[in-house]
This record gives sequence, structure tokens and C-alpha cells, in this order.
Amino acid sequence: MQETVLPGATAPFSTLLYLLIPGLPFLGFLVNGLLNKRLSGTVAGALGTLTVLGSFLLSVFLFVNFKYQYTVSLFDWISVGSLQIPFSYQIDQLSLLMLLLITGVGTLIHLYSIGYMHHDENVGKFFSFLNLFVFSMLILVLGANFVILFIGWEGVGLCSYLLIGFWNKHTSYNNAAKKAFIINRVGDLGFLLGIFLIYLTFNSVQYGEVFQKAHLSQFGNYGVGVCTAITLLLFVGAMGKSAQLPLYTWLPDAMAGPTPVSALIHAATMVTAGIYLVLRANVLFTLAPQTLEVVGIIGLATALFAATIGLAQNDIKKVLAYSTVSQLGYMFLALGVMGYTSSFFHVLTHAFFKALLFLGAGSVIHAMSNEQDMRRMGGLRKALPITFLTMLIGCLAISGIPPFAGFFSKDEILSHVYEHSKVMWAIGVFTSFLTAFYMFRLLFLTFFGEFRGTEEQRHHLHESPASMTLPLIVLAILSAVGGFMGAPMFVGKHYLADYLAPIFTYSRQILPAAFTTEPEHSTELMLMGISVLVAVVGIVLAYVQYVARAQRPAEDDAQRSAPESLIYHKYYIDELYDSLIVKPVMALSTGLYKFVENGIIDPIANGVGRVTLAGGQLLRNVQTGSVETYLILMVLGIVLILGLNFGRL
Amino acid sequence: MTNASIVPAVIHEVPLQYYVFFATALFCIGVTGVLIRRNAIIIFMCIELMLNAVNILLTAFAAYRADPNGQIFVFFIMAVAAAEVAVGLGIIVMIYRNFQNTDVNLLNRLKG
Repeated sequence: MQETVLPGATAPFSTLLYLLIPGLPFLGFLVNGLLNKRLSGTVAGALGTLTVLGSFLLSVFLFVNFKYQYTVSLFDWISVGSLQIPFSYQIDQLSLLMLLLITGVGTLIHLYSIGYMHHDENVGKFFSFLNLFVFSMLILVLGANFVILFIGWEGVGLCSYLLIGFWNKHTSYNNAAKKAFIINRVGDLGFLLGIFLIYLTFNSVQYGEVFQKAHLSQFGNYGVGVCTAITLLLFVGAMGKSAQLPLYTWLPDAMAGPTPVSALIHAATMVTAGIYLVLRANVLFTLAPQTLEVVGIIGLATALFAATIGLAQNDIKKVLAYSTVSQLGYMFLALGVMGYTSSFFHVLTHAFFKALLFLGAGSVIHAMSNEQDMRRMGGLRKALPITFLTMLIGCLAISGIPPFAGFFSKDEILSHVYEHSKVMWAIGVFTSFLTAFYMFRLLFLTFFGEFRGTEEQRHHLHESPASMTLPLIVLAILSAVGGFMGAPMFVGKHYLADYLAPIFTYSRQILPAAFTTEPEHSTELMLMGISVLVAVVGIVLAYVQYVARAQRPAEDDAQRSAPESLIYHKYYIDELYDSLIVKPVMALSTGLYKFVENGIIDPIANGVGRVTLAGGQLLRNVQTGSVETYLILMVLGIVLILGLNFGRL
Repeated sequence: MTNASIVPAVIHEVPLQYYVFFATALFCIGVTGVLIRRNAIIIFMCIELMLNAVNILLTAFAAYRADPNGQIFVFFIMAVAAAEVAVGLGIIVMIYRNFQNTDVNLLNRLKG
């Protein structure tokens, strides 16, 4: 395996191949977007799915034929003075795996959407946005410099806005879309400043150059401290995209969009962008231990915080949304303790089971005629057998029950954290317990017990069509066995870590210790045992409460104890932001409107009008209409002119 | 040989100043008439007086300086004046039909 980064190596295949990978979804976006109303839903769906499938096949081809890292220069893009930004792709282990993930899971989600969006009137528009989303994400991971990454970064932001607000019939949906957009903008500002600082420091934004210089500690006049600043700014960007504290509130609201969109955002695209960014810039982060500490703490806090909120949510999609926030926290926790590979491992496994869970939830919502409240569900096991089984696998995977995928990645993260700090590990394990509890709470409330919906819904209950169940089954298989790509104790080899090793070459040279230490076998077994035990306890507790005792979550207006109420209302964070940020801004703009707009600008504009009008009124008196006056004035005028001319003589 | 030498002696019988004084008087009468009369036809005639005052001056100077250009101008002015009178009288006739009067003070509908 090639160990060194070869930015100058030439691309082994024709440029067309590289253009087509993001090009195909873009084509789908154009065709579906331009022929929006003229294509039937089925054609639009097939087109959208096939273009992403095409990208997937091309990515597989690249993956299979991959030998060494290289960049593909497509064209000179920006060339101003000393600033040179070529439009080029970075093809390496990280981008290839991301390509496979985005296009692979993306294809399944597209396929699923054909069935899910079948009744919608804007299928063409939906698929065109979905394709654009995939396109942006592909640009994000393919770019060989931070600027191209930023284009993709903004692209996914835009698409999330378009898709979250897709059903723009209610103001609340549009507000959710705006919220996602604005909160991401806050993060993007940090990211952008980070890019500027990178350029200022290294005089380049090209990955190869930046990382090489950073590795050789060429920070110009700035010193190593600037690295901390850069990484902190980049992390602010990642916090926005990957929904970390305190910029996470958009993600649960993003549930306003159609369910496949949630799956796409949560599993394969947008939220993984933050992790990808940190992994991509791992050299910089390795050089900035303070930043890593911040990343770890924020990740852990987010994981715990979101998990507690997840305990009390009743909307099936909201539970999943908070679980995503929590799992993303895990991934950042792993990054913070330099478990880079395990973080990416969790990105992959999480993509499988989170896509599965969302699509499963979509299948439930589909069967329940758009009911999302778990208090109105129950007993769906028999009506939706495939959905139930696949969801069960998803829940087992996310809870960390062996041998499902989530177990391995989560366990690897926790063992890294254990090396780093026992306290953080304990909190992580507790979070894992909460995860198991609320995920099985979801499963039990939805599929077990008595049916609690209306009679009408009961008659309507049906298993979803094949286009929806097929992706569920594929994802369930992946969630079940996906963990083995990083399960050394079963297959003797950590395939993922070996494969990704070249990405971390520089980091390893800077801090070899972080990559070599492996926990002792007995410790590892003990850690595994504890996390499995904790997960099982969580599941059993959920079983006792929601199946054996058949409890139902209280209605919205029920009396709650103070801590319960706090969690139920999501710690009043939205309200806090509302009163801290939204209200003051609104008050400021109202004030500006009243005093500046109404008090200063309007009088000026109206005053000009009034003066002109008054002048006209004055002058119109001259227009008497009487011929005599005109004649006299004319003669006087002539005399005046003559008099003046005589004066000149 | 100056222009004056080819002018027939008879022309000099009346000095040029006389023509100038006469034309000025005629023009002033015309201006006064235009300014003080109300009847559109009389105003019109006064305008003719002013035009003719100018014509006389042009003719006189042309004759004294033996320059035929001035007399050519006079012909043009007469032709244009004739055309103008045709149009102007047409308008005055229409005004009379509408108002049974040609008093210009009645025509103040275009006041601001």
C-alpha cells in the first residue's frame, strides 16, 4: 500500500470519468428541474435514481482500481496574483469511501423516494433537489482544496433549505428551512474565516500543500498558535453542519421535510460533512491539541445532551433526529481523542443504520397516513413485518448490540475515550445506555402493544411497496454486517484502519503514540462487556416500561415534574435562543423601522416630493391662458434681450 | 467701384434714415396693436404691419446697397406670411364658429 501522499501523481483515467461522478446527478437535477411538470413521477424518480446509481458504479470502479493517492486537475479556476486555485479533485482513501457512502446510500434513498413520494404532486422538483444535494455533497468530498470544499459545503446548505421547506404549505415548514439555513450560516462564517486564515498562513488552499507545510511546521510569521485558531474556526463550521452544541437546533426542526430527505441529510450527506472536514484536516487538528480537547468536550456534551432530549420526544422522526445529534457527538468525541479512524468507522456504520431507521420511520408514517406521533401508533408489528424486522436490526445496531454494525464502531470509540479519560468514557457509556433506552422506546411504542390510532388508519395500514422495502432490506443487511470492516477480534484485521492509514500519515509522524497504543486485550474485553451490558439494561428497561407495563407517554398538556418538563421542552434551548437572539434582533429591526425608516428616511423622500409639488403650484399661476399676457411677456422678453445686447455693445 | 456708385441717383432722393424712422413707427404701431387690441382679426392685421415694417427696411437697405439678396428675402417673407394668414384665418373662423366672437380674452382654456 502506498503510504505517502502524491499530490502530483497523474490521474490514471480519462477526465470524463471524474467529471461524470458528480456530473450525472447534476444532469439529473437539470433534466428533472427543467422538465419539472412534463415528466411523470415515475420517469422523474427513475431518472433521479439512475443518475445516482451511475455515480455509484463509477465510484465502485474507481475504488476497485485505486492504487495510490492523486489529484485530478480539471481546469484553472481562480488565478489572481499569487492566489492560485485550480479546480481539482482529490482522489484518496477518504474521498473514495465518502463517494461510495454518498452514492450508495444515496441510491437507496432515491429508490425509496420513488415509492414514498408517489402521491406527491411535485415529484420532479423533489428528485431534482435530491440530485442537486448528492451533487453538492460529491463536490464537497471530491474537491482538492478548501475552496471547492466550501462550494459543496454551501451547496448542501442550500439543498437542505430547499428540501426541508419542500412542503411549503405551512409557515412552520418554511421556518424550519430558514432556521437550518441561518444556523448553518453562523457555522459557515467560522469556516470561511478558517479558510482565509489558512490562505494567510500557508499561502495556499490546496490540501497537499497546506498539510505538507503544516507537517513541516511552516507557519510563516505566525507560529504554531495560528494552527489552533484555524482548527477552532474550521470546527465552528463543522459544528454548524454537523449539528453540535450550540448550533444543533436546526437538525430536529429539519424533520419538516419529507422523510427521505431526513434520511439523506442524517445519513449520507450534510451532517457527515463536519466530520469529513476534521478528518480531511487531521494534520492541522493533530498539531492543535487544545482544539482537539474542545472538539472532544463539545462532542461528548452534545452526545449526552441530545440523548437526554431523545428520551422524551414523541414524534418518531424527532427521536431519530436527536439520536443523530447524539451520534454525531460520539463521532466528534472520537475525533477529539484522536480516534480518527473510529470516528470515520462510526460515520459509515451510522450512515447504514440511521438511513435504515429514517426510511423505516418513513415507511411507518406512510402506512399511518402521515401520523408521526408515537402515542397514536402501536402494534404495527403484524401489519408492517418487513419494516418491523429491519427497524429492529437498526435499533440493535444503534444500541450497540453485537454483532451489529454500531457495536463495533461505538465500542472502538469508547475504548479510545477510555485511554484518554475515564470520566469522559463513563459519560459516553451512560449516553450509550440512554441511546439503547430511547431507541427501544421508539421501537416498542411503534410496533408493540395495542394499536392506538383511529379506525380509518387501522384500515389503511399496509406494508410499503417494493421500492421502499428493498432499500430497507439492503440497509438492514449493511447494518447487520457492516461492522466487520473494522472488527479485529473476529476477522483478525481492521480493514478500515489499514485502508485509511495513508490519510493519517502526517498525523502519525507528528504524534506516533496516538496511533500505536492499543488497549490490552483484557481491558478491551471488559469495555466491550460493559457497553453491551449497559445497552441490554437500557433495552430491558424500555421493555419493562413500554411493553410489560404498557405505559404511554403523557399527552402534551399533562402535568410533569420539573426535570421531566425540562427534558420534554428540550431544555428550553429554542426559547433561550428566541429570547437571546431572535427577539433582540426583531426588536432592533422594529426600532429601526419606527425611528429611522419612519422618522428620517420617509420624511426626506416625501419632502422632496412635496417641495416639487408646491413649486409647480406656484409656477402654474404664470400660465393664465390669456393671449395678451403671453404677448406682453414675449415682447418684454424681446426688449430685455435687445437691451442686454445693446448693453454689450 | 463701390456698391453705392452703381445705385441710381434717384434712390438717394429720399434719405435712408426716413425709411428707418418710418419702418420703426410702423413696427411700433403693429406691436401696440397686438398688445392692446382684443379682436383676433385686428391682432392679425397688426402682425402684418410688423412684418411689412421689416419688409420695407429690407427693401430699402437692399436698394441702397445694390444688393438683391434683401429683396429675395422679402419675397420669401411675403410667401410665408401669406401661408400663415391662410392658416391663421382658418383658425380664427373656427374660433368664431364656436364662440360667435373673436375676442382673444375668451380663449383662456389652457391656463394652468
